[in-house]
Amino acid sequence: MAVNPETAHRTVGAANPPQLRAIRLRRQRIFKAIVLTLTLLFLFIPLASMLLFTVRHPLSGQWSLAPWQAIFTGNGESLGADLTVLWEGLGSSLLLCVVTVVIMLVLMVPTMVIVHIRSRRLERAIEWVATLPLTIPAIVLVVGLGPIYRWLSADVFSTDPVWLCFAYVVLVMPFAFRSIAVGLNSIDVKTLVEASRSLGASWPRVFFRVIIPNLWQSILSASFISIAVVLGEYTVASLLGRMNLQVALYQLGQSNSQVSTAMSLLALMFGVILLVALDLISTAMRTSKEGK
Amino acid sequence: MTLADQKAAVAEASESFIDNELGATVTEAAQAVLEDSTERGGGIRMQHVDKIYPGAASKALDDFNLDIKPGEMVVLLGGSGCGKSTALRALAGLEDIQAGRILVGGQDVTATPVNKRNMAMVSQAYSLFPHMTALQNVEFGLEVRGMKKAERRRIAMEKLELVGLTDQAGKYTQQMSGGQQQRVALARALAISPRVLLLDEPLSALDAKVRVQLRDEIRRIQLETGTTTVFVTHDQEEALAVADRIGVMNHGRIEQIAAPQDLYQRPATEYVATFIGLTNRLPGGSNGSEAVVFGQRVPLLEGSKQGPLVAVLVRPEALTLTPAETNTSNVGEHARVETIHFLGALVRVDTVISSGEWQRWNGGEQLRVTVQLPASELPAGLAIGSDVVVAPRAVPALAV
Repeated sequence: MAVNPETAHRTVGAANPPQLRAIRLRRQRIFKAIVLTLTLLFLFIPLASMLLFTVRHPLSGQWSLAPWQAIFTGNGESLGADLTVLWEGLGSSLLLCVVTVVIMLVLMVPTMVIVHIRSRRLERAIEWVATLPLTIPAIVLVVGLGPIYRWLSADVFSTDPVWLCFAYVVLVMPFAFRSIAVGLNSIDVKTLVEASRSLGASWPRVFFRVIIPNLWQSILSASFISIAVVLGEYTVASLLGRMNLQVALYQLGQSNSQVSTAMSLLALMFGVILLVALDLISTAMRTSKEGK
Repeated sequence: MTLADQKAAVAEASESFIDNELGATVTEAAQAVLEDSTERGGGIRMQHVDKIYPGAASKALDDFNLDIKPGEMVVLLGGSGCGKSTALRALAGLEDIQAGRILVGGQDVTATPVNKRNMAMVSQAYSLFPHMTALQNVEFGLEVRGMKKAERRRIAMEKLELVGLTDQAGKYTQQMSGGQQQRVALARALAISPRVLLLDEPLSALDAKVRVQLRDEIRRIQLETGTTTVFVTHDQEEALAVADRIGVMNHGRIEQIAAPQDLYQRPATEYVATFIGLTNRLPGGSNGSEAVVFGQRVPLLEGSKQGPLVAVLVRPEALTLTPAETNTSNVGEHARVETIHFLGALVRVDTVISSGEWQRWNGGEQLRVTVQLPASELPAGLAIGSDVVVAPRAVPALAV
């Protein structure tokens, strides 16, 4: 059969684009699925291994929920684990979370708001200072903090782990700064301040009634990230000889690694729950304002 | 003079009286007028105000003086960087000034902090608090003043009704259009019954149609409430439409302040004449009170320059245009039509003067003259390239 090349070309040209698009979309979907699967495997294989390790004895191969029972009943004697150190570390870490977050917010939020309104140049300088702890290895930080903490322990405070809060405020600063800066950049702080001042509001009222409610999401985010950092911090506490959750887990791991791993898994889950909660709260706040 | 103008004049005199050391002996009648003036916002006086920003080469406000009567709406008009917003912000207390003083209702507020001045500002940027509904925004200023909830809700709803937004009371800023947000900002500002309402280009972020609507609404509300208002804008049409008086600003000071019509018809300086509307610079001989332009005698405004050859600033509507072939007058100058713009009821015709003499006077550039006339008066058959004769009418003009 004779085919007119011109018509044939037109037919192919007209039919092809939707088919090609469908093929391209299908390829993209497959690629996305592969990337997602690999990422999830990368994240969950260690977690699954940890979980497996806690319920299956590494030497005997026996399956048992004893490590989890020990944590939830608070009695690890049957496993030869002294859980006192774990509760002590957990208590210290939780207290440190609260104190660190409070100091971080009191220190950073007003400073960043004032600098944001008054001097953009100073804001850049503060950003540079706040991100420094990310570039300094923890071990170097401890070398500097050592003498200060020796002096603090001996002459000012005590060896109580709660005083690690000062070092932790420095450690969480880069993350907290970034969260708060995002919030400040998303609203026109200067205009809001000027509007509220011209309506007769005092500075404290401007701060608590106008600025803070608009930064609420950022403050939550900064707090949750700080909690996650404090809960996971080991190096500074260990090198300065203070007890916190991670140090306790390490010590516990020396006597019973299954209980230690189960507790690590719980701490990790707590961090994940915090971040999921943050996401849910953010979405709820956004949708309530948009009236959806 | 209307009763309101008379009251304003007496109030102003009373303010000056209170302002001096004899203030304690102010008469009862003058006090009553002054209270009335305060209710209407009180007059504003900015005297010899200087403002220089750190690192700036020149002053943002340079010996700035401004007098506003109680209940008046004054528009500060000028190009970018002329200092109009700085003047407004200095009045609000948002900018510190280096010299001069600011009086409101006879009281010196120069050192008074912004939150104690009882002024309210609506700015160009959307300034509603995003975490509050429209109603809560309007209530904010009243809440600051410690007013009970029921009372402040009633006032807030009244103000929302004034701007036609009672149905939007429960909405957040994200759920409102730009025009609605600025209306709520206006209601919020009016809710506190400010002594002075400050509007810093409140319409510039809005589209043209909403801008005109809201502009008229602002003027209506201002007249209803009688609040002394300062409105800053770079849009001369906006200024001409709403102002009792317009202050044209240049280089940190007011070049001229007058009623819109006076400002247009009797500009005091070349800057004002060229900034407001269109102006032609035509050559003419001046004796200070009269000039001869293209053979036509033109009366001159006060402050005009004298000289055998000066520039006379003539509005496009103060010129006549006649086709050359039908021209019988011995005044006027021959020109060629370059473009014709139909503006509905009006027509604007751009012409170029043919004479080489005036080209030399104009620094070698062709002398262009714009004529504006009612569409009904456009000569029949006029087209691009037509030869015409342009001549000024005997309307007062400024020689510079």
